[in-house]
Amino acid sequence: MIWNETKECMSRDEIYNLQSARLKKMVKRVYHNVEFYRKKMQALGLEPGDINGLEDLHKLPFTTKQDLRDNYPFGLFAVPQSEIVRVHASSGTTGKATVVGYTRRDIEIWQECVARVLSMAGIGPLDKIQVAYGYGLFTGGLGIHYGAENLGATVIPMSTGNTQKLVTLMQDFGVTAIACTPSYLLHIAETLEEAGQIGNTKLKVAVCGAEPWTENMRKQIEAKLHVKAFDIYGLSEIMGPGVAADCEFHKGLHVYEDHFIPEIIHPDTLKPCKEGEVGELVFTPVTKEALPLFRYRTRDLTSITYDKCECGRTLARISRFKGRSDDMLIIRGVNVFPSQVEAALLEMGETSPHYLMIVDRVNNLDVLEVQVEVEERFFSDEIRQLESLTKKISHVLHTALGISVKVKLVAPRTIERSQGKAKRVIDRRIIE
Amino acid sequence: MLIKQLSVFVENTEGSLECVARALCKNNINIASFSLADSSEYGVLRMIVSDPEQGRKILKEEGFSAMLTEVIAVKIAQKPGTIHEVLKILFEAGLSVEYMYTLSTTGRNTSVIMKLSDLETALVTLGKNGYEVCTDREAYEINNFVDK
Repeated sequence: MIWNETKECMSRDEIYNLQSARLKKMVKRVYHNVEFYRKKMQALGLEPGDINGLEDLHKLPFTTKQDLRDNYPFGLFAVPQSEIVRVHASSGTTGKATVVGYTRRDIEIWQECVARVLSMAGIGPLDKIQVAYGYGLFTGGLGIHYGAENLGATVIPMSTGNTQKLVTLMQDFGVTAIACTPSYLLHIAETLEEAGQIGNTKLKVAVCGAEPWTENMRKQIEAKLHVKAFDIYGLSEIMGPGVAADCEFHKGLHVYEDHFIPEIIHPDTLKPCKEGEVGELVFTPVTKEALPLFRYRTRDLTSITYDKCECGRTLARISRFKGRSDDMLIIRGVNVFPSQVEAALLEMGETSPHYLMIVDRVNNLDVLEVQVEVEERFFSDEIRQLESLTKKISHVLHTALGISVKVKLVAPRTIERSQGKAKRVIDRRIIE
Repeated sequence: MLIKQLSVFVENTEGSLECVARALCKNNINIASFSLADSSEYGVLRMIVSDPEQGRKILKEEGFSAMLTEVIAVKIAQKPGTIHEVLKILFEAGLSVEYMYTLSTTGRNTSVIMKLSDLETALVTLGKNGYEVCTDREAYEINNFVDK
């Protein structure tokens, strides 16, 4: 079902005009309320009056995650604190989180977007949905929660961590829909399989996101659980889950363009890509009150099409993600940068030892192994000492990254050195 | 007297032990005795070699993590009860054994390498009880019958 036909099926001209009008208003608001952007615009010789519509978007400066960190925690907020009703945060590379804020209106728009996504997946007031994303600073849990309530579905706020209980309640309550990461859903499927209960649920729909997944994984989920699986995309800097999602035709993710203007650029030249060409996804959230960002670089690589979809929606569609233009990894929904590992290992001595991160999917759960070369200063002739070194490194990394890490000691000079840039990551999850 | 043991970190991967042995062999260093302690992912090869300083230098050059550890080599007689007696003496002196392995089993040269919680106390205790330890030269050359 189309939740908001007026907005989701506008003509391309109407979308253009709506975006232009909203962009104009946004630029004015930001110029007057956010010093960071005012200075940036002044440096470029730009005044709010220079932005008259979508055709002027390219004149505005880009925003990066670093800008958010530099203005930690609330420096980019465009409204007084009294109007902020919620904040979320994602883990940062150097211990500092990326903080985002929402006004009451921002939360309403978020609920609207998530309701559109769930409705597109065929979920409605008669459904009972388990939200199995983490509740808390992470946008996944609360984001889907309020959107599902807005839709009128019965929400079961599971959060993550207790799969056994999730499975029990799924059966006892007759749960029909679930929202979680795709890898967690496969883990749930296995738990059901082991209990011989795979066919004994009423589950029919799954809305999965927060980590990259493939078409094969979607098919695997659908076959195992006899459900229809949908892809939901979002990032906290722009809003959270619900920025884009796919419909039953699975031909790309519809972007809610009335709120988020997408662009695809060449990550090196920053010039716009042609329609269909793969580049970095950039968003300008034009209706955002608390944290309106100009041309935020997501670092996600994708392509875009503006053709009308078979489902009737006219919204632009982005393709499945092809990777990232930076080195960020998403492991069990948590953002991890190799530089965090480097910084944590550095704490253990004056220089960082050589290391290699290996990300893999074991029993459908992401696992991170960090191999560390045993330099002389770490070496001991007693296994006991080496084992306690392993534990110490695991602990330091767990604290820094927020996810558990398997540490493996390896001999010096066994980790490959490539010319110039060291290869720090092997991601074995990338399938297809 | 304390002797120097050459310890090296080896991964549980094919050929890593062979690499260590080859490096020492190429430089004409004799391995008098060794013990391999292993965990599931790596091991520590402990060796008494003819020239520990040189051995360490070579292994470092080959890219290994190698270090010298002080241990003692206790001479014992080849008859029932001697190991027990040595351990009993050390235990009663409040010492604990980190690890031990055989250095030599040839006749009068029968000796055991021991790493203890306190090596100096161990030397005094063993001396008082009439046990002899190998000198460093003696230990490094104990099983080296080449060029003799």
